Amino acid sequence: MMSSEFLGNWFLPGLWITLQVTFLSAALAFVIAFPIGVLRTHRLWIVRFLAGAYFEIFRSTSSLVFMYWIAFTVPPVFNISFQPMFAGVLALGITYGAYASEIVRGALAAVPPAQREAGIALNFTPFQRLRRIELPQAWPEMIPPFNNLLIELLKGTSLVSLIAVADMTFAGDLLRLVTNDSAPIYTLLLVLYFVLAFVLTRGMRLLERHAKKRVGQAPEKTGLFGGVRATSSIDAVTGTGGAK
Amino acid sequence: MSADSSTSQEIANPAVDGSELIRFDKVVKRYGSNTVLDELDFSVASGKHVTLIGPSGSGKTTILRLLMTLVKPDEGTIGVGDRYLTHEERGGRLVPAGEKHVREVRKNIGMVFQQFNLFPNMKVLRNVTEAPVSVLGLSKDEAEARARELLDLVGLGDRCDAYPSQLSGGQQQRVAIARALAMRPQVLLLDEVTSALDPELVAGVLDVLRDIAHTTDITMLCVTHEMSFARDISDQVLMFDAGRVIESGPPEQIFTEPEHERTREFLGAVL
Repeated sequence: MMSSEFLGNWFLPGLWITLQVTFLSAALAFVIAFPIGVLRTHRLWIVRFLAGAYFEIFRSTSSLVFMYWIAFTVPPVFNISFQPMFAGVLALGITYGAYASEIVRGALAAVPPAQREAGIALNFTPFQRLRRIELPQAWPEMIPPFNNLLIELLKGTSLVSLIAVADMTFAGDLLRLVTNDSAPIYTLLLVLYFVLAFVLTRGMRLLERHAKKRVGQAPEKTGLFGGVRATSSIDAVTGTGGAK
Repeated sequence: MSADSSTSQEIANPAVDGSELIRFDKVVKRYGSNTVLDELDFSVASGKHVTLIGPSGSGKTTILRLLMTLVKPDEGTIGVGDRYLTHEERGGRLVPAGEKHVREVRKNIGMVFQQFNLFPNMKVLRNVTEAPVSVLGLSKDEAEARARELLDLVGLGDRCDAYPSQLSGGQQQRVAIARALAMRPQVLLLDEVTSALDPELVAGVLDVLRDIAHTTDITMLCVTHEMSFARDISDQVLMFDAGRVIESGPPEQIFTEPEHERTREFLGAVL
């Protein structure tokens, strides 16, 4: 039996922890993704190599094992201690930051070269070109793949339950141990993850529409369930946003 | 006098006449095994309007792209004013120019592209003010006042708040001209600026350029297929073929009595 007392004591705090882990990891991933993604297009090979190495290493490792490694290997070796949630956020943020850097790199590469040339012709510095021309144009193109990754991350946060962070999956596991009532518990968990993912997707769609408006692209009209979309609306030939 | 010797004579003494603003000295540009420019020598005097004509693939656009530093020459040097664009002196030797040197020399040069290349993420006014503010360090008010003047000049003073995607090709190109002029370049490079436009929009853009050519002392280097425009604004026409200047002279001469057989063929095909 799921008592309301249990829900209040474990499930709701668990939901709150899940949200915290999601947003903190996403923030860390976001902060990592931009420099790594940008540096992977750097003109010096050594910079490209180092940024690429970060991407390859953390893309190719298991977030769960990495999480275990941070939680159980780092504290004794370096003689420090931290909250398990810190280990979870660090592992997820670093891993998803690697994935997200690929999105940043790809979106920057998709900005038409003519835009770079126009920036050179106006004598912008490479950093000004990046900041004023290339990133603003690449940004709206990053949001849909970022959304996919955010959903992946949300679902991936359930891994933190394995290092004893009391997220909502942890609460579910605990409740099952107590009541042995698997079906309602895991059904409820599935529905909760779905609802969270759905809310996040709607938020990201709003962000995307706002971002497109800011770069002079006509935002697409979408209903509540409008999920099917064109992948790019930047005209590859002229480098201008196509009015739809 | 053969056209060939007249061009190479100008080059032989690049430093003698101080009025020469642009100098190409034995410039070679290859793309793979294809040599686009073959030891090209030519120079342009300050304030002159020079049109480059010739069949496609003859290297005209490459010259503009070299001057804009969008591509680097494989051999030879390019000078702008009293400095090299492609090289700088370090320890008494000429070495390939670093970013800082390139930016210093490049600020004298502006370019208008075939495909306009406006920034789609900025409104018209900001397209024109962005570089003056962040590159030249003008105040926002100063840059905007100047931008409005220039947009008036190109007939788009009322479209400051539009995004480029809301403008016609001809309007976009006129904004691009205003954007280039806002940097106050000594040299304006025009790369087939009307080739991507619908025929009825070409005249508006050419009128603006004629106006600029006749009212300013800006040096123009122009690649175009609009022969009547070339005849109108040019002081000098250079005929290119296979990466070399095969003939040069004032427009009346090139267009009415070209000396070179290849020029005659080309003009016969396009006029």
